[in-house]
Amino acid sequence: MAGMSAIELQKAESETPRPFGAGYKLIGKDYSTNDLVAKVTGKAKYAEDFRAEGMLFCRLVLSPMPHARVKRINAEKALAMPGVRGILTPADVPGHADYVNDNGTTIKANRWGELALTDEPMYQGEPILAVAAVDELTAANAIEQIEIEMEPLPFTTDPLESLRPGSSNARLDGNVWIPPQPGQHGGPQLTVLKWTEEDFAPYKEGRLPMGHAPEEWSYGDIDAGFKNAALVLDETFLTPDVSHQCLEPRTTMAHWQNGKLYLYTGTQSTFQTVPAIARWMQMDEDKVVFISEYTGGGFGSKITGALTLVVPALLSKKLNAPVMMRISREEEQFIGRARPGIRARVKTGFAKDGRITAVDMFLVSDAGSYGSNGDGGACGSITSLLYQPPAMRWRNITVATNTPPRSAQSAPGGMQAIAIMEPILAKAARKLGIDQVALRRVNSPEGKAEYGPPNHEGKRARVTSCYLKQALDYGAKQFNWQERVANKPKQIGTKVRGLGVALSTYHGGSTGFDGLIVITPEGRVRIHSGIGNLGTEALIDVHRAAAEVLDIPWDSVDIVWGDTSKHLPYTCHSGGSQTVHAMTRAAHAVGLECRQRLQEVAAKSLGGQPGDYEVANLRVSRKGGGAGMSFAQAAQHAIKLGGIYDGHDVNPDVNKATKQAVTAMAGQGLIASARDKFPHNGDSFSYLACFAEVEADVETGVYRIVDYLAYADVGTVVHPAALGGQVLGRSTLGIAHAIGQKWVIDPQYGVMVAMRFYQNKPPTILDVPVNMKWNALNIPDPETPVGARGCGEPPVGGGCASILNALADALGDNIFQRAPVNCDTILTSYEAGRPMQEPLVAHI
Amino acid sequence: MAVIRDVMPAFDLLQPGSVAEAAKLLDQYREDAWVMAGGMDSLDWLKDRIKKPKVLVDLSGIDELKGIRQTSKGLEIGSMTTLTEIAEHPLVRKDFGLLAEAVSLVASPQIRNQATIGGNVSQDARCWYYRAGWPCYRAGGNICYADTPVGRNREHAIFGAERCVAVNPSDSAPALIVLDAEFIIRSSTDHRGVTAEDYFIGPKTDITRMHSLRPGELLTAIRIPYTWAGTKFYFEKVRDRNVWDFPLMNVASAMELTGGNIQRIRLAVNAVAARPMRLGNVEAAVRGKPANAATGEMAGKMAVQGAIPLQFNAYKIPLMRNLVKRAIVGASPRQAENALARDPGVQEAAWTS
Repeated sequence: MAGMSAIELQKAESETPRPFGAGYKLIGKDYSTNDLVAKVTGKAKYAEDFRAEGMLFCRLVLSPMPHARVKRINAEKALAMPGVRGILTPADVPGHADYVNDNGTTIKANRWGELALTDEPMYQGEPILAVAAVDELTAANAIEQIEIEMEPLPFTTDPLESLRPGSSNARLDGNVWIPPQPGQHGGPQLTVLKWTEEDFAPYKEGRLPMGHAPEEWSYGDIDAGFKNAALVLDETFLTPDVSHQCLEPRTTMAHWQNGKLYLYTGTQSTFQTVPAIARWMQMDEDKVVFISEYTGGGFGSKITGALTLVVPALLSKKLNAPVMMRISREEEQFIGRARPGIRARVKTGFAKDGRITAVDMFLVSDAGSYGSNGDGGACGSITSLLYQPPAMRWRNITVATNTPPRSAQSAPGGMQAIAIMEPILAKAARKLGIDQVALRRVNSPEGKAEYGPPNHEGKRARVTSCYLKQALDYGAKQFNWQERVANKPKQIGTKVRGLGVALSTYHGGSTGFDGLIVITPEGRVRIHSGIGNLGTEALIDVHRAAAEVLDIPWDSVDIVWGDTSKHLPYTCHSGGSQTVHAMTRAAHAVGLECRQRLQEVAAKSLGGQPGDYEVANLRVSRKGGGAGMSFAQAAQHAIKLGGIYDGHDVNPDVNKATKQAVTAMAGQGLIASARDKFPHNGDSFSYLACFAEVEADVETGVYRIVDYLAYADVGTVVHPAALGGQVLGRSTLGIAHAIGQKWVIDPQYGVMVAMRFYQNKPPTILDVPVNMKWNALNIPDPETPVGARGCGEPPVGGGCASILNALADALGDNIFQRAPVNCDTILTSYEAGRPMQEPLVAHI
Repeated sequence: MAVIRDVMPAFDLLQPGSVAEAAKLLDQYREDAWVMAGGMDSLDWLKDRIKKPKVLVDLSGIDELKGIRQTSKGLEIGSMTTLTEIAEHPLVRKDFGLLAEAVSLVASPQIRNQATIGGNVSQDARCWYYRAGWPCYRAGGNICYADTPVGRNREHAIFGAERCVAVNPSDSAPALIVLDAEFIIRSSTDHRGVTAEDYFIGPKTDITRMHSLRPGELLTAIRIPYTWAGTKFYFEKVRDRNVWDFPLMNVASAMELTGGNIQRIRLAVNAVAARPMRLGNVEAAVRGKPANAATGEMAGKMAVQGAIPLQFNAYKIPLMRNLVKRAIVGASPRQAENALARDPGVQEAAWTS
């Protein structure tokens, strides 16, 4: 491995799995999180559960067309109906404006950006207006009395079709997103780009055409890589567009009080959503109070809440009454975001031993109706990390379509990379006669592996650590891979079995956030958390790192969360699987800070030096026995001492938001705040080896997943039950991409036809094995104090690809070249003896 | 006028306590009335505001429509009996395991607890264009959106396309046809019985309905004669998900064997046409032949003769061919048993008698 000494490599390879919780009192142990009882008893309040006196209900009016201009709205009749209180139109919504981000940088207004209501809908289902009334029935009856005159505009729902000569563009001013040119400011720019008829020649053979792609990077000698390869595969694959389908739709309630907006909705970050609300509303952050105690899933679609939250906020202001906007499942299908499908063609060279010699990746990414996205880029960098090709070229074109807006979805781009690449590795192993696990082992990253394109200095980024080879080895052992391969029955009756393995990875953490602890005069340890309560338990789990440092029992800890009026510290948003890594670091930092302050308070009160004291079991005591005080007494002393001890002064390292929170609570007890300044020398990723066995019926094309195991390298395991939930839950999200969740779009009308669960088919609990299994190495990451990394996203790609690989093992390599794979694809290909027809047509 | 979904419109809820009272209400309100059994189909229509009846006649309070009774000729199942009750009823399981199997594969446990047999056989098409309120032939318009060169139709018909290409989505229907059930229909002035086969109608008869109930009529009971009790049954449903899914196709058969030869047989397939198809020609062709692979293959090939696939549902032809074959020779039962033993959470097709 380039850049690693032989000793480092040997050390990495000698690491072995460790028992969960070894060496810790709290970390690595199962426990009941502080929010659990409310959840299982139904006492937990989600946005829809809040009520306020005089509350109105509003409903949205959605565009029936994929692209149109609203010429005229006549709501006279509706507004005259009893119980109807008002209407909100695009004219009432603040437009695009510059804003200053957290780092003080001015971000220029994006003229292509999305607004909460629009008079030029870019997709079917885009909100045009909203009506508020005393109840939803009245609002719905009123909406049916509104006349909306719309002028249809050209549209496209297929990125490839939009690249054909003379085809329609999704937007009036272009169809393709390109990176800003040198000297240009801002984000991606829209342009018009068409390929030639000659470019499209491979389409007829089911191969992805490869015209001009505006984005490209490469490293290594690709030509030499292919020249020296024993096997070169040129494969086309389509990944699906998949809606997030959070169990809780983006329902929002809003009311105003004394010039402040009180807003209730789900989010992936309590703390980080306030700036987003302020930006969308074009108001000051200190006038926003945001309440989000519980959130029914986000998966990347609610990183800072959802843009539509401004609708009830603006209506509430306009009508001077609280407004609840409930979002239905069909509305959620439109506005609830989705993972962009990627059409890929990848040429891959393999040496005789299975080692990849070169990768040439070409991607067409579907941007949907608003903005570009980073999925294509992440697809390239994750491929370079996970399979460590010595030479790689990546090309990408991101095409706008009149389909619902895309956003990050668990492992954005990474999930697609793995779904695209893994079937190629599986096919190569079969052609080269190499065991599937062995082929992955020779290509797996390890140690401080490099990834991505070279920077302007020609250097590639590195990861913090990687023990994926161990996960693969121990996973194969636990799954009995070799025995299963050896004993795999040939076809019995109409049933065939298949085995699949897939590597998986995604980002696992960020750095630089704050922790905040208050020890109250009653002796309670109150930890303030700005993390969103998504259901992952990270909201609570990370703070075990602070309690561990303070050596206190968990039942002495209270967590404050879910309400920005309760003084929350600067916190990461829970996207990109950052939280467990970022916030255990912040928790560890504030734990150390708090311990130091306790020692200082004890020394100041009882004499001696701070170092003479130790902290344990809710006491600060002189080492070796003698004088000491309880946490309650220490807090009382801290208040008397004032200054840095009770929040009248604030640790200068922390973010301004944390400073405000501390200042607001000054005098409440011993208050400690700290910023994560721990060093690190790489980017954090987590890794998994995923194994699956399927059984398919060749007469019906129906298959079932017999077994599944995901073996994780996520650093230190903080909370085993929560990690298991994440590993298997996100594996299931990946499996959904393989087995059936999808969009169905009629391209003639540009609209969705599968809008309900029974039509777009997210998987059910009966679609995955009862005995799905997970495990983790529990080898700490050496570059973070607790050793823990995130694991929300990394399993998704492996969940999907292990199933795809098992299916190809059971049925053959030429059955499918898109996901999801259902009996229609299997039977059609089986019947024809070749890949199914129209392999490049999506949304069927 | 703007369109909004997912808010149920107001209507008068009428809850008759007897069939006579219900029939009187239907007579009184005629086309202004909507009859609701378990509500699993009705509530979708109502919440989407595509159907806006003035009155809703809710049959859930009529006890005489509920329950399973044994008669000298067979079983009589009230139309408001839930699918769960039928699936679990000892007499149904004893003599008509085919029906128990079919209804146990409907939707999900929660839906089966609420859904009724009368509703299951009388439910409307699930074509996604039609259900989304598109003004298609079935909705009284003059176009089929599913049957165009790019229309999305993987779940649609391969037989009997007559302007509309929607399929009947019922799982119990082919089982009831195979069991030669009789459907009892009452109105305020009349009562009649129709065979299961005749209860279901295609677009040629009436493109806006899937059953032969006339306005003012109620399906009150389904009678299953002992004619096919104790014969060899086969039911298989193919769907994308293991629960909460309509059939991509299902097949039902009842077969009496003598010395390995097919003495008598009834065969029906659903989700291939606007009405469940009884395969009379195939029945006639296999009668007297051994119930073996060769007969099954022949039956399968014969069954799909005349099938016309749409753009995205050509798979239904090999699927139907294979399902019909299996309805005669069975499906790898050993494998199925193994699968069930290892993973009780997943339902598998198997011989049910």
